[in-house]
Amino acid sequence: MRSPPIPEMATQEVQLSETLAHLKTESDTLKGKLEEERAKLHDVELHQVAEKVEGLGQFVMKTRRTLKGHGNKVLCMDWCKDKRRIVSSSQDGKVIVWDAFTTNKEHAVTMPCTWVMACAYAPSGCAVACGGLDNKCSVYPLSLDKNENLAAKKKSVAMHTNYLSACSFTNSDMQILTSSGDGTCALWDVESGQLLQSFHGHAADVLCLDLAPSETGNTFVSGGCDKKANVWDMRSGQCIQSFETHESDINNSSEADREVAIYSKESIIFGVSSVDFSLSGRLLFGGYNDYTINVWDVLKGTRVSILFGHENRVSTLRVSPDGTAFCTGSWDHTLRTWA
Amino acid sequence: MTINTLAKGGWHRDQMACFRKMEKVIVAMQDPDMGMKMRNQRLLITVIPHAMTGRDVINWLMQKYNMCEEEALHLGGMLVRYGYIYPLKEPRSLVLRADESPYPIYLAKKNIRKQGELMEYEKERYSVLHKRINHTWDFVVMQAREQLRASKQRRKADRIVLECQEQAYWLINRPPVSHFVCVCVCVCTFCLCLQIEFCRRALGRNRVKSSICLEGFVKYSEQYLSHDPIMQGCLPSNPWISDDTAHWTMNTEVVPIPSRLRVERWSFSFMELLNDAMGRREFMTYLEKEFSAENLCFWQACEDIRHGENSRIVEKVEEVYKNFLAPGAARWVNIDSKTMDKTLKGIQHPHRFVMDDAQMHIYFLMKKDSFPRYLKSDLYKNMLAKAIVPQEVKKSVFPFMRRQRHSSPSPAQAVAQASEEEGRA
Repeated sequence: MRSPPIPEMATQEVQLSETLAHLKTESDTLKGKLEEERAKLHDVELHQVAEKVEGLGQFVMKTRRTLKGHGNKVLCMDWCKDKRRIVSSSQDGKVIVWDAFTTNKEHAVTMPCTWVMACAYAPSGCAVACGGLDNKCSVYPLSLDKNENLAAKKKSVAMHTNYLSACSFTNSDMQILTSSGDGTCALWDVESGQLLQSFHGHAADVLCLDLAPSETGNTFVSGGCDKKANVWDMRSGQCIQSFETHESDINNSSEADREVAIYSKESIIFGVSSVDFSLSGRLLFGGYNDYTINVWDVLKGTRVSILFGHENRVSTLRVSPDGTAFCTGSWDHTLRTWA
Repeated sequence: MTINTLAKGGWHRDQMACFRKMEKVIVAMQDPDMGMKMRNQRLLITVIPHAMTGRDVINWLMQKYNMCEEEALHLGGMLVRYGYIYPLKEPRSLVLRADESPYPIYLAKKNIRKQGELMEYEKERYSVLHKRINHTWDFVVMQAREQLRASKQRRKADRIVLECQEQAYWLINRPPVSHFVCVCVCVCTFCLCLQIEFCRRALGRNRVKSSICLEGFVKYSEQYLSHDPIMQGCLPSNPWISDDTAHWTMNTEVVPIPSRLRVERWSFSFMELLNDAMGRREFMTYLEKEFSAENLCFWQACEDIRHGENSRIVEKVEEVYKNFLAPGAARWVNIDSKTMDKTLKGIQHPHRFVMDDAQMHIYFLMKKDSFPRYLKSDLYKNMLAKAIVPQEVKKSVFPFMRRQRHSSPSPAQAVAQASEEEGRA
């Protein structure tokens, strides 16, 4: 495909190019100003502030439970508020609800698509949401009747134009937040399936999201393939802040408006697929593509421990609601709880 | 499937980072001063240069990156798996072993593909490389053939993934020259406009110094340290380690006597108090004594509107107006006139966020006034004094005596029972 040879279109081209050049200059100037302002406030590094903090001692964490039952790669998992149940989804289209403490399977649903990349537990513990290559997010109420087919009561809530990468209930069972390969995030009313708000701004697939707890309770963060992490206002749909990531394994963001710390080690070569903080925020757990979990001291910036156990890539990692353990899902078809 | 749908810049760059880092390690290995000691290894009638033993690799990794043997074995294994190190004796098995079998280093760049699959620009580069490293070309060819044969024995899925990774890597690192279309100018314009808008807004925003914000984070993490079970354990024991669920039983949503840590946590912030069902209940009791309980009731009703179903918003807003905002309402809340006017106007076209301003006003009123007084009150102090500090229970000394893991009722069951009872009544 080459530039069109027709004269009228050529003039249009020139005009467009000029506008583009002008806009680019303006954008660059503003970006420069913003960088200047940010630099003025960056008066100290995290490890300087954390100098007085005591270092951490030896760390012993082990696999405490192994959940076997998925027939293919585990892609996502989420904890129930009761601190022991979890929901997990897999490449083979199955979504399973487990009591991770006893390792019993309590419910199982077969989705009509494969690659169920997202799943979430409802705050009440009475439903789960999941989706993936079907471009949808569906909610399944959890029935205790052994004979009832869970798929029968399924409710289709979200519809995107590309795969569903993540989903999360907000404060109640009534609203779901989704992110998609179509580059957008969206907020939905579960009961009616109505789109309440959509969030545009990512230049590529959005891969993950997380709710940000605050007194005004209205924001969330999303991360995308465009190497950006965006903070959104749920009410207006606007992007409040944007963080650009570099080649770091993990990027930590805060109100300081810029990257605060990079957690990396020369010997860690493979990318991290999922992260979560311990309850106090002192530890950061990362599930890596080389099958390991690295535990970081967030304040000192050092690696505290490396955990082995999975036999393939760790695809998902979440700390339990009361912080007593964290759970990982892996391409080796299993989930593990660590404490 | 993942490769196709995630085939934009981001995913490739993630893979590129791995390969670049692995190459860094390999380059470091070849450093004349700090690198590995290599030698020539005779294999049948060929002499292989740049050979070293598996044991040497592991020792070198342990020393250079200050890691334990387990991790060095793991990392070394990855280098072999991705073909940066190649086993001489057993070319079919891509496993690093810490014994005396020698391994040569070769970068796993496949210069040889099936006949005719090379693109034009790739063919050009192939011949250039051939000329440049002619003296070791035979060995390169042998290596490539061995790798192809080894890859045939992998699972098809793994093979395809690795082939795509390689292809992607080279498309990025040695891209063909391509022609671009002017149509994308329009898209660029749109994106730039968004960026400019964003920058303008960002410049207008209030900003906080790094030191203030970071110190806040350090303080937060210190305050919550004793509440972090992974950092400091939990009492009586961590259920996942001891198989005893006492910790969870003692900390369910509503208990006769809460634990000390839990009551202490209510004092950390107003949000912590409100997020805990028991804390909220205690606070309500306190407010009733102060004759300002309507504030908390109003706040809860607003939360219900914000997070509830779309279909019930109108009816809920009506209720809130009737109970809390209408002149002469039974539980009238004290809001400043400006906010009240704005809210009353908004109610005429009710929506999910119509109560936000009023709710915020009442929230901060409680936070600044009632909450600090509650923490100083006898009600709170007594609660703290009564609170339980459980005894620590160590894991059973006899490893073979495993506790029975009790199941718990599913949350879904509790709700089902409740609705059943309602149905009967």
